[in-house]
Amino acid sequence: MNFETTIGLEVHVELKTHSKIFSPSPVEFGVDPNANTNVIDWGYPGVLPTTNKGVVADGIIAALALHADVEQHTHFDRKNYFYPDNPKAYQITQADKPIAHDGWVEVDVDGVKKKIGIEEMHIEEDAGKNTHERDYSYVDLNRQGTPLIEIVSKPDIASPAEAYAYLEALRQRIQFTGISDVKMEEGSMRVDVNISVRPVGQKKFGTKTELKNLNSFNYVQRGLEYEEKRQQQVLMSGGSVRQETRRFDEKTGETILMRVKEGSDDYRYFPEPDLPALNISDDWIKELGDAMPEMPTKRRERYVNDLGLTDYDAMVITQTKEMSDFFDATVALKADSKMAANYLQGDVNAYLNDNHVDLQATKLTPANLAGMINLVSDGTISSKMAKKVFKAITNGEEPKAYVEAHGLVQLSDPAKLQPIIDDVLQANPQSIEDFNNGKKRAVGFLVGQIMKQTHGQANPQVVNKLLMTALKH
Amino acid sequence: MANRINREQVQHVAGLAKLEFTDAQLDAFTPQLDDIIGLFETLSEVDTEGVEATSSVSDQLNVMREDVADNWGQSQALLKNAPDAARGFIKVPAIIDESEDN
Amino acid sequence: MNYFKTDLASLHADLVAKKISSKELTQATFDNIKATDPKVDAFLNLNEEAALKQAAEIDAQGISADQPLAGIPVALKDNIVTKGMKTTAASKMLADFTPVYDATVTEKLAQAQMITVGKTNMDEFAMGGSTENSAFKTTKNAWDQTKVPGGSSGGSATAVASGQVPAALGSDTGGSIRQPASFNGIVGIKPTYGRVSRWGLIAFGSSLDQIGPLTHGVKDNASVLSAISGHDDHDLTSSTQAVPDFAAELNEATSVKGMRIGLPKEFLAEGVSDDVKAAILAAADTYRKLGATVDEVSLPHNKYGVAAYYIIASSEASSNLQRFDGIRYGYRAQDVQNLEDVYVKSRSEGFGDEVKRRIMLGTFSLSAGFYDAYFLKAAKVRTVIMNDFKAVLKDHDFIMGPVAPTPAFGIGAEIKDPLTMYMNDVLTIPVNLAGLPGLSLPAGFSNNLPVGMQLIGRPFDESTLYKAGYAFEQNTDFHLQVPTLGGQN
Repeated sequence: MNFETTIGLEVHVELKTHSKIFSPSPVEFGVDPNANTNVIDWGYPGVLPTTNKGVVADGIIAALALHADVEQHTHFDRKNYFYPDNPKAYQITQADKPIAHDGWVEVDVDGVKKKIGIEEMHIEEDAGKNTHERDYSYVDLNRQGTPLIEIVSKPDIASPAEAYAYLEALRQRIQFTGISDVKMEEGSMRVDVNISVRPVGQKKFGTKTELKNLNSFNYVQRGLEYEEKRQQQVLMSGGSVRQETRRFDEKTGETILMRVKEGSDDYRYFPEPDLPALNISDDWIKELGDAMPEMPTKRRERYVNDLGLTDYDAMVITQTKEMSDFFDATVALKADSKMAANYLQGDVNAYLNDNHVDLQATKLTPANLAGMINLVSDGTISSKMAKKVFKAITNGEEPKAYVEAHGLVQLSDPAKLQPIIDDVLQANPQSIEDFNNGKKRAVGFLVGQIMKQTHGQANPQVVNKLLMTALKH
Repeated sequence: MANRINREQVQHVAGLAKLEFTDAQLDAFTPQLDDIIGLFETLSEVDTEGVEATSSVSDQLNVMREDVADNWGQSQALLKNAPDAARGFIKVPAIIDESEDN
Repeated sequence: MNYFKTDLASLHADLVAKKISSKELTQATFDNIKATDPKVDAFLNLNEEAALKQAAEIDAQGISADQPLAGIPVALKDNIVTKGMKTTAASKMLADFTPVYDATVTEKLAQAQMITVGKTNMDEFAMGGSTENSAFKTTKNAWDQTKVPGGSSGGSATAVASGQVPAALGSDTGGSIRQPASFNGIVGIKPTYGRVSRWGLIAFGSSLDQIGPLTHGVKDNASVLSAISGHDDHDLTSSTQAVPDFAAELNEATSVKGMRIGLPKEFLAEGVSDDVKAAILAAADTYRKLGATVDEVSLPHNKYGVAAYYIIASSEASSNLQRFDGIRYGYRAQDVQNLEDVYVKSRSEGFGDEVKRRIMLGTFSLSAGFYDAYFLKAAKVRTVIMNDFKAVLKDHDFIMGPVAPTPAFGIGAEIKDPLTMYMNDVLTIPVNLAGLPGLSLPAGFSNNLPVGMQLIGRPFDESTLYKAGYAFEQNTDFHLQVPTLGGQN
C-alpha cells in the first residue's frame, strides 16, 4: 500500500517589542519573577487592555514577508480557559478575523521547489510560566502578555523534509524582518505539529496525531519521520490511527503516547469588547512594506547571479539578516565577493560558534573584514598571515594598522627578493642539481629556505616565479 | 417543563465555568435556567437576515498605544495580595495536567 | 447633617465663603451616616480617617471659586476600585480585597478634590435589580424600608435619597443607575457608552457598562458627570468627544420649546402599572405645555431587548468573572486537595446564586453548538434594536418613557423568581444595548413611592437630556419631596 502524508504546522513567533501586547510592562527576560508585571498582567478586577501599535505593525510586516493578504478590518477575540498562567482565564487572540490570511513560502527540497501555503496568521498574547516542584506549582507572569504571532500552514506539507524546509523558510524570512529572534532554543519560535497519513487516492484526510516536545527543527523532522512510519504501520496492519497527542523522545527518537483526545476543547470564543476594532489603512501597509529589508530569496538570487556565488554559499550567507547585511557591506567596500563569502562561512562562523555569540554582538565590522580581504587580494599579506589578522579584527583592530605594527607586510618586491634567492641558490648547489635531475621536491626545499631568510614574509607566488626563472637559466 | 436544558447539560456547563452544584441546587437551577433560555429563544422571531452583529457600541476605531515600555512597579503589592506566594512566585497546588503547551 | 435642602452649588458657595469647612462638612456627613445607615444599610465601608485627613488638607489649601466640587463628600459604588480602600463588589469573593490602583473616576474625583466618604452596597458584581444579591446586606429604600432600593446601585441611590451624601457614583449595565434612582426619587444618568472611562470599574458586561452619577437634582448630576467624563488612555473604548460643562448650560432660560420628543407606545404597554403610565402621560403634558411636541413613536423590537441583553451581558460576564479563580487575589477556598479544587471550590463558595446563574447562562450561550443561536443571534438583534432608536432619534431630540414598569417592590417579593426580576429591566436595557445616554428623574408618586421618568438621547447628547430634565424640574416639585427616614429629617 502506498501512502501520502499531510502535515500541519502551527508556529508561534515571539515578537521583539519594547512593551507587552496589551499592557505597557516591559518585554524583557532574565529578571526576577513577576518583576515585569502590573495589574493588567495579573488580570486585576477593573483593568482593561490597550493594543500595542508596534505589535499590529509587526503583524503586518510578517504578513508581507510571508506573501499573505492583510485583513484590513480586523479585531481581537477572547479564548476562554482556566490555567494558572492565564490570569484573566481568557487569552486575547484573533479567531474570527485574523490579521492576515493566504500566504505562502517557497521551499527547496533536494532541488525541487514548492510553494507551501499559509492558511492564516494572527496576533495574540503569550501566557505566563509555571514551574513545578513536588506538591506545588509556581507562577511567574513576566511572560504573560508577550506578543506572539501564530502562523498556521495549509495542509500542503507532504513530508517531514518539507516540514523542515518550511520552518527554515519561515524562520529566515521572519528573521530578516527583524520582528523576532525566531530562535527555537530560546523559545522565541515554538512549533506545534500534526500529521496524518492516508492511502494514495483516498479523498478524506487520515486521523491526525499531534506531537509535543519538539525543541529544534531536527527534532520536528525526526519526530514526524517516526510518526509517519508508525501511522503507516498501524494502517498496514489493519488498525486505525487514534486522535492523540504524542511526545517526542529525544533520546530514542520515538514518539510516546501522552493522551488520547476526545472531542475538542470548548474555548467559547467571542469578540473582545474592551478593544475597538482595527481598520488597517493601505497607507500604513505601504509604509511598512517600503521599509522592509530585502528578503533572503531575493538576496540569494542576487548573490548567485550578480556576484557569482554558488547556491550553497548564498544559502549559508543568508542564514541571518545580520550575516547577509555584513556580507553586502563587506562587498560594497570592494572586497572580493567570493573571499568575503568564504571568510564569513569559514572563519567568522567558526568564531561565532566557538564563542556562542551572534554576529552583531562581536567587534567584527565589514570595514575591517573588507580591509583584511583587500590586503590579501593585493598581496600585502598572505592568507596565512590573514589568520593572525583575523584574530586581530575580532578584537576590533584595524587590519592595516595591525599589519604594519606587527611587520606582517609581505615581501613582494622582486628587486628585494632576487638577492635573497641568489644567496640561497649559491648556498645550495646540490638542490640545483637535484632540480636539473627532475627532482621537483628540491623546489619546496629552496622556497622553505627563502621563507626562512625572510622570516615568512616573502610572497610565495613571487618567490616561486623568481625561483623558477633562476633555476631554468 | 419545556426541557431546553437538562441536568446533564447544566452540569456540563458548570464544568466549563468551574462551578459545582449540589443536587438540591441543580434541582432549583435547572428549571430556572430552562425558563430563561425559553426567553432567549424568542429572539428567533426577529428577522436578522443580512444584519451585522454588534459587539461594541464604542465610537472609537483604530485606537492603539505606542510601543513604549513602562514598569508600573506594582509587583510587590500584587504579590502581597496573592492568597499564597513564595520567592516572588504565585503559589498554587501542583499542576498535574500534562497537556501544558509550555 | 443631611443633604436634603441643599445642592452642590450652595455647598460650594458655603465652602468658599468659609461658612463651613470641608472637615466640618465631612465630619457631619459621617455623623449622619452613622445615625441613619443602620436603617437603610447603604454603605459597606466608610473611609473616615482618610476622608477627614483629605478634607483638612483641602481646607488648609483653601477652596477657590473654580473648584466647584472641592471639599464636598461623595460615595462610590463598591465595584469602583479605590487604591488602599477595600473594594468588594458586594461579593464574598472580594470580601477582603484591597485594590492596588485607582479607577479613573476615583482619580478624577480626587482631582476635583471631592471627598470619598465610603463605598456603597450593591447587587453582587452589579447583577440584580434590588440590591438583595449583596453578599453582605440588603439596602433599604429610603422612602420605605420594607421596599427594595432597586439595583444594582441600590446603596448609592439610597445614600443620596436618604440625605447621607449629596452625590454618589453608580454603574449601569442594564438600568443599574436609572432604576434605583427612580425607586428612590432622585436623579441618575447612564451616560453614552464611552463617555466615562471604565478603567477600574469591575467589569460585568464590558460592552454595556457605564459609570454615572446619582444626585438629588439635575444640575448637580450634570456637574459630577462633567468631572468624571472624558477620554482615558487606559480605556480604548472611551470616547475622544469633547466634554461640555453640562451644568453651565442649565439656567433660568433653559427650555424645551420647539423640541420634538418621542414617546414609544411600547414603553406604556402591558406590564407598566397604571400609576407609572399616568405619571409619564402627565410629564408628556408638562412638556407640551412648555412648548415641546410629544409624538407617539414606535420601538418595535423593544420587547426583545431583555432576551438579547441577558445573553450578551451574561456571556461577557461569564468571561469577565473567570479571573476570580482563587489564584492571584481574592477568595481561595481552604479545604483544597488540588488545583481543580482551588478553581471549583473558590468559585462555588465565593460567588452567590445570581452571579452563578449569570455565569451559567453566559457560558451556555457561548458554548460549542449554541453560539450562533444565542450569542450571535443576540448580537444581531442588538443591531436591530439600535436601528429602531436611530430611526426615532433621527427626527426627535429625545425619547421619554418610564424607567421601570412599577415603583419599588417589597424586599423578598421577587428574589425567588429570576425571570420576573429580569423582565423589570425591559425599559432600561435597550438603552445600554444601543449605547445611548439615559437620564432618570423624579416624575411622580404611587402610594408614597417615587416614580421615575427616563429620557433617552442621541449618542453624546447628554446636554439635551439635562436641559429637558432641568426644564421639567423647574416646572414640577417631585424632586423637592424627601423621604421621612423614620421621622429623622
